[in-house]
Amino acid sequence: MNGRARTPAETTLGAPDVARIVDRMAHQIIESIAKFGFDAALLGIPTRGVPLAHRLSDRIKVFADVAVPVGSVDVTLYRDDLRLRGVRPLGETVEPEGGITGKTVILVDDVLFSGRTIRAALDALADLGRPRAVQLAVLVDRGHRELPIRADYVGKNLPTSPRESVRVSLAETDGADAVSVTEGADA
Amino acid sequence: MSRHLLSAGDLSSDEAIAILDAAKQMHAIQTREVKKLPPLRGRTIVNLFFEDSTRTRSSFEIAGKWLSADVINVSAKGSSMSKGESLRDTVLTVAALGVDALVVRHNASGAVQRIAGWVSCPVINAGDGTHEHPTQALLDAYSLRERLGDLTDRHVVIVGDITHSRVARSNVLLLTTLGARVTLVAPPTLLPAGVGAWECATSWDLDAVLTGKAAGDVDAVMMLRVQRERMGGGLPGGARDPGGVFVPTEREYAIGYGLSPARLDLLAEHAPILHPGPMNRGLEISSVAADSARSMVLDQVQAGVAVRMAVLYRMLAGVDAPALAEASA
Repeated sequence: MNGRARTPAETTLGAPDVARIVDRMAHQIIESIAKFGFDAALLGIPTRGVPLAHRLSDRIKVFADVAVPVGSVDVTLYRDDLRLRGVRPLGETVEPEGGITGKTVILVDDVLFSGRTIRAALDALADLGRPRAVQLAVLVDRGHRELPIRADYVGKNLPTSPRESVRVSLAETDGADAVSVTEGADA
Repeated sequence: MSRHLLSAGDLSSDEAIAILDAAKQMHAIQTREVKKLPPLRGRTIVNLFFEDSTRTRSSFEIAGKWLSADVINVSAKGSSMSKGESLRDTVLTVAALGVDALVVRHNASGAVQRIAGWVSCPVINAGDGTHEHPTQALLDAYSLRERLGDLTDRHVVIVGDITHSRVARSNVLLLTTLGARVTLVAPPTLLPAGVGAWECATSWDLDAVLTGKAAGDVDAVMMLRVQRERMGGGLPGGARDPGGVFVPTEREYAIGYGLSPARLDLLAEHAPILHPGPMNRGLEISSVAADSARSMVLDQVQAGVAVRMAVLYRMLAGVDAPALAEASA
């Protein structure tokens, strides 16, 4: 960063960084949802949003002693590039305990980029129920939005070039926590 | 997957499992308040049925609609076929309306394969004569996986009128692709010529299969419908199969091949019972078996919608894509 060329697969954040960031985001979420009596739900977007949502819920339990239900919302069928890029395997949609209607729903994803995934998730949510409010928590915001979407909780702002790709690895899905930036667009 | 779905044998193991995995996610929609998903928005699917069908046609119709496609039902009875139009002209007329997929059922074996050669859109076989019914095989495999998990080395016994059953043929092809072993059980008159070349075992004796040395390893039993017009003797109305009589009497068939309460007791505790419907209670399946907790008859109907959604999704949703990209974004 800071103007110098990145070496391939430069690790930007390590496991201790990710843990600190998740803790901070959990605190920020607690501050926000305390106003509504913690009547909230965390909805992870597969694949890596789901373990992140579970981690946030676990840390909120530790810090504030409230149990925020966790679910997942698969957006594959709501994507605007299905025709363009072909069908993909579907992820799992799990309604959080108690549903989402009337609650503050916090969407959780690993990387915020074009915003198209979040747009698809908002459509998917509308078919699942009517939340009181919808918020967005992302571990990394790498910029380059193509839609008017912003995150309410950002773990780390990571300025990137559109040609680079950002890879979030999590212990649950990839064996270890790390965030790395590599040259070359996303596959 | 390939452009058409004409035979269960067209599916590789990977493709079949991709459909069954997608069906698992589609299945969840049935418990939702809003039963609608958007991937086929703006697509038109025509159900072209030259043979009567209630469950398959409505199952395809619901599947298409839940994926936001426009679904149009054309039945040959009300069509110009009854005015003397040829099959080819009828099909080309329907295709010229600008459809994105045809779901076809026909009473002649091979008719759907012919139709696929005439049109430019994907064609799905919803049953052709006594030949194939691939989506039924997929929903049977789906139901079996729900109860048994991975089907590798599982032993499935299919009992009934194999000769006239498109369900049996498609099931043998798909189940063996998925790694299962299949045994067909029927009286010799109801086993088709050339069955020796199929990738399965055959037997004339159901009790031997259920009690023999391999008995403990029967993981599932699928009972097929036996049509009453194939039976000789004592039929009300006297309707007969033009091909002749295949079994002397209904009673004889029920005694030899029906899933009676006694045979139900021979089955292992974990083994589910499948039936593609409609059932002839008291003939090929007793009410005790049909209504037991092991019976998956209604699960199969539910799975039918989910599996057909998965097939339509995988065949049509990415149809403009240059290649079917499997890589996750």
